[in-house]
Amino acid sequence: MYGNQLRAEFENRTAATWPLNVGQVYTTLERLIRDGLVVTAGADADGHDLYQLTDAGQQALTRWWDTPLTRESRPRDELTIKLALAVTVPGVDVRAVVQTQRTDTMRALQDYTRLKIAADERIPPDLAWVLVLESMIFQAESEIRWLDHCESRLVHQAKKTRSPSANNEPAKRGRR
Amino acid sequence: MTGQRGSDGASALVLEMIDVSRTHGAGATAVHALRGIDLQVRAGELVAVMGPSGSGKSTLLHLAGGLDSPTDGTVLVEARDLAALSARERARLRRRSVGYVFQELNLIPALTAAENVALPLELDGIHAKAARDVALRALDDVTLADIADRYPDDLSGGQQQRVAIARALVGERRLLLADEPTGALDSETGESVLALIRTRCDRGAAGMLVTHEARHAAWADRVVFLRDGAIVDESTPSGGAESLLGLHG
Repeated sequence: MYGNQLRAEFENRTAATWPLNVGQVYTTLERLIRDGLVVTAGADADGHDLYQLTDAGQQALTRWWDTPLTRESRPRDELTIKLALAVTVPGVDVRAVVQTQRTDTMRALQDYTRLKIAADERIPPDLAWVLVLESMIFQAESEIRWLDHCESRLVHQAKKTRSPSANNEPAKRGRR
Repeated sequence: MTGQRGSDGASALVLEMIDVSRTHGAGATAVHALRGIDLQVRAGELVAVMGPSGSGKSTLLHLAGGLDSPTDGTVLVEARDLAALSARERARLRRRSVGYVFQELNLIPALTAAENVALPLELDGIHAKAARDVALRALDDVTLADIADRYPDDLSGGQQQRVAIARALVGERRLLLADEPTGALDSETGESVLALIRTRCDRGAAGMLVTHEARHAAWADRVVFLRDGAIVDESTPSGGAESLLGLHG
């Protein structure tokens, strides 16, 4: 793919929610080349430079799919981007991506809850700290609810995709 | 504090499920509600079970409490194999060792709070006076001593749920099974119910909490995820929460 194509693909797959400018795409490509994750691969008929992943780049990508995102810093809602891409890239086990993330977010939620219980028990309670923690708790909870929702939607979708062929037979012995 | 310690220093196993399966029906129409579940809950530990509807959460709880029997595998409560007990022994174990808290509170409207809590003890042959004393202590534990003689209809939802928890853990029962115990309660009252379950576990009970709310499951020491009747993952706190917040240092 060439740079502008990459930009278009990203925007297509994420419903243009996080628009990119092509300059960003090229700076990122340069960084990836510098780090040995991408190489240039000639040019197409129109003279566009083409790029492809190296083995190391492929490994880095696999690692990204397999690893839950930490809660410290998530530029541009990386989790949403990650799932939007996961459903469009062949060979990615989306339910596994969802579950890995859910377990990790649940762990954070357990940690926040422990801190909150401790802060609540302090005399006098540390109210400001409790409120900050509760904000984290509700954010993590909402992320888990969203992940649950994604999963049930995936299951629903999988059933729908399976049903056209399966539908033909049961229909006959169906109602009426 | 009262957590039983085994000789190896670890807390005693209160609930142990070994390769437990539950199938409804047979052949092509068989429904596998649970498949090959291995799960242990120790004294002092609270385990939450999460999963989409139909994943087998409630079935798991029913098997743990002897309200249903597995098709395969073994369920041990305080080291006793439920399948090896007679129906009578099993009923006795359910009364004496296991406490249930359900979304529907199942308090008896014609009995006062204290009478509701005392009921399982009286059924077990303890004299009314002694049972009432124990019940009052149990209500005091959940800070409800002052409403002991009120009827369920005169109590708020949160108070009713606390009465149900007092009843679930009255006497020597060490296994607390809760199915969506915060169901109809508002967020803060729901939280106080969880705090209570947490406290009972910290004091030595073993707890299993089925919930679809992550915020409630987070009170547990372990969260088990069920999907299609099997455990797919498990999370425990990392203990490094401060670093997550980026606020320390």
